[in-house]
Amino acid sequence: MAIPSYATRGERIWHWVFCVLCALIFLFLIGPILVIIPLSFNAEPYFTFSEKMLSLDPEGYSLRWYQEFFTSDEWMRSIKNSIIVAVCATVLATVLGTLAALGLSSRFMPFRNTIMAILISPMIVPLIISAAAMFFFFSKLGLTQTYLGVILAHTALGIPFVVITVTATLSGFDHSLTRAAHSLGASPSRTFFRIILPLVTPGVVSGALFAFITSFDEVVVVLFIAGPAQTTIPIQMWSGIREEISPTILAVATLLVLVSILLLATLELIRRRNERLRGLTPS
Amino acid sequence: MSDSSAPATSGSAAHDPNGAPGAALTTADGVPLKQSLNRAIRRSRIKALLLVAPLLVFIGLAFVMPIFDMLSRSVDNPEVSTYLPRTSEVLVDWDGEGLPEEAAYAALAQDLAAGLKERNLGRVASRLNYEKSGMRSLFMKSARRAGRMEAPYKAALIKADEDWEDPDIWRLIKRESSPLTASYYLAAVDRQFSPTGEIVEKPEYLQIHVSLFIRTFWMSAAITGLCLLLAYPVAWLLATLPASRGNLLMILVLLPFWTSLLVRTTTWIAILQQQGVLNDMLVGVGILAEEARIQMIYNKTGTIIAMTHILLPFMILPLYSVMKTIPPSYMHAARSLGAGPITAFRRVYFPQTLPGIGAGSILVFILSIGYYITPALVGGQSGRFITNFIAYHMQTSLNWGLAAAIGSILLVVVILFYLVYNRLIGVDKVKLG
Repeated sequence: MAIPSYATRGERIWHWVFCVLCALIFLFLIGPILVIIPLSFNAEPYFTFSEKMLSLDPEGYSLRWYQEFFTSDEWMRSIKNSIIVAVCATVLATVLGTLAALGLSSRFMPFRNTIMAILISPMIVPLIISAAAMFFFFSKLGLTQTYLGVILAHTALGIPFVVITVTATLSGFDHSLTRAAHSLGASPSRTFFRIILPLVTPGVVSGALFAFITSFDEVVVVLFIAGPAQTTIPIQMWSGIREEISPTILAVATLLVLVSILLLATLELIRRRNERLRGLTPS
Repeated sequence: MSDSSAPATSGSAAHDPNGAPGAALTTADGVPLKQSLNRAIRRSRIKALLLVAPLLVFIGLAFVMPIFDMLSRSVDNPEVSTYLPRTSEVLVDWDGEGLPEEAAYAALAQDLAAGLKERNLGRVASRLNYEKSGMRSLFMKSARRAGRMEAPYKAALIKADEDWEDPDIWRLIKRESSPLTASYYLAAVDRQFSPTGEIVEKPEYLQIHVSLFIRTFWMSAAITGLCLLLAYPVAWLLATLPASRGNLLMILVLLPFWTSLLVRTTTWIAILQQQGVLNDMLVGVGILAEEARIQMIYNKTGTIIAMTHILLPFMILPLYSVMKTIPPSYMHAARSLGAGPITAFRRVYFPQTLPGIGAGSILVFILSIGYYITPALVGGQSGRFITNFIAYHMQTSLNWGLAAAIGSILLVVVILFYLVYNRLIGVDKVKLG
């Protein structure tokens, strides 16, 4: 990306124009997320910077929206619901998805592509269609307005991510390792827990993180199939944005940005660990 | 062991007088190698299937069946035949010419009285009201008197409401008494049955869906185009920078990707609304007068800006993964052979990025036409998508058949693009950051 010393003047100008352009695009990507953080400390009930905030007057800043969030029964209940639903859906999706990915990565798997397409379909079908379909079907089974219904729906939505990440990890898997374990006398279950699982764990964990965030951030399906008792954080935000636009939403948004930073950092750590492990096995 | 294997080998050779060298091979316990191998493969195959089975069953029950249920709902038409059973039966024999016989009127009067009593007349009345407005009040009004009616019912019903003298209404009831209907699909594309049963366009003021489909498509195309325009340079920069700096910049792409959709939509409301950050800035700098604040949200502009931001990472990541594999020496070679920078880019670099462009564009387009949340929150009247109408028919107008029909059409479009995507890239190659 550095300009070579023999570059012409035109090339130099183009280089700088290009850099400015890229900087603007990065600003477009990250700017909105950065804007919301200071706004959430606004002492005034507005969605914009007040005079006092701009002059860095401490009086312009306050924690009142955070206080409102942490003392509100509604928000606390929705946080609890979100966590219950997301954790259950993640566990279910991860277990089922990992098993399936192990099967799918077998050389002898029949109808591999068709099955893969079916398993990934919840990711491709527009959420509103999934939501409508699940609403019709679940109401016949009496699953609407129940935790079980929401958990099952979120499991289905999270599964493609687990399947994709775990099969991707397994595609780089060196099968001679399992053969070596077998020939050294390890039983299949021992081979699985001692050889396969440690090596695919990064894929499983990142798949689980994807499934978790998918459920934690999902609005449309919950909107259709959940009752008032199952209100989640996104639903609470959704109704907040539609109805009153209180800056409490900005505080919640800032906290959610923190959650995503944490998730991103975890993923990065896993990736590094994975690269280290790969470096050890010459494949 | 060696004792038993020797005769087994000679035995199988005896079975095969031609003595083809491959056929003679057996395993230690005398099973022909081919058969034994097949058995092992079958076992692995079953093992693989058993691993996939629980998930396949789960997805089948929790996802695929609901989708098929929705598809069937878009043609399902139980109301008239269930709640007007006598009338439907009598009308089977009616040829649709003129007015039906007294028997049909008698059956209808009975059905109306029974429906009112059992409180299910409302369903059939609203079902028929989708086809022709005014049907609901006609039904409710006639039903209230039907209990006291006496023969001749034809005269009595016509006395209750003279609309019963209209053969079109009878043709409508006859048509909709069949258990399957195409009328939801027709309504989804702004068509309807004429009184004589032909398919005609709806009156212009009732035509909303086709224009919404078209708007959804062109706005999605615009969003896809904008994403491509913005993603291309960034992806190129990320792919050519040394890994350490590239990874740092990658975080700027991945953080929005991982940030909650509602958070991103909220920030755009904070930035773009009339009393928002951007307008304040423009007024503060003096570009805009206080009273000339721009309306950038709750319209098409809002939807396009917010969705471009939300979907941009989905374009950058596939482009990046393709560009990463293009050796820089190709461009150097082109330049050293005398190509100008533009020619080298156009003839050497750009064609190699086409798979990435295809992957990213199809992905963004598919995601975009199915988006609901963002257009609903920042789209206002003019920036709404067809998905918002599915939600409207699900939640407000309660015309679930129509919602299912619009949903099915959208689903077919998405699946078509998905198949193209699958053919070009392969579903399991989807990159997730």
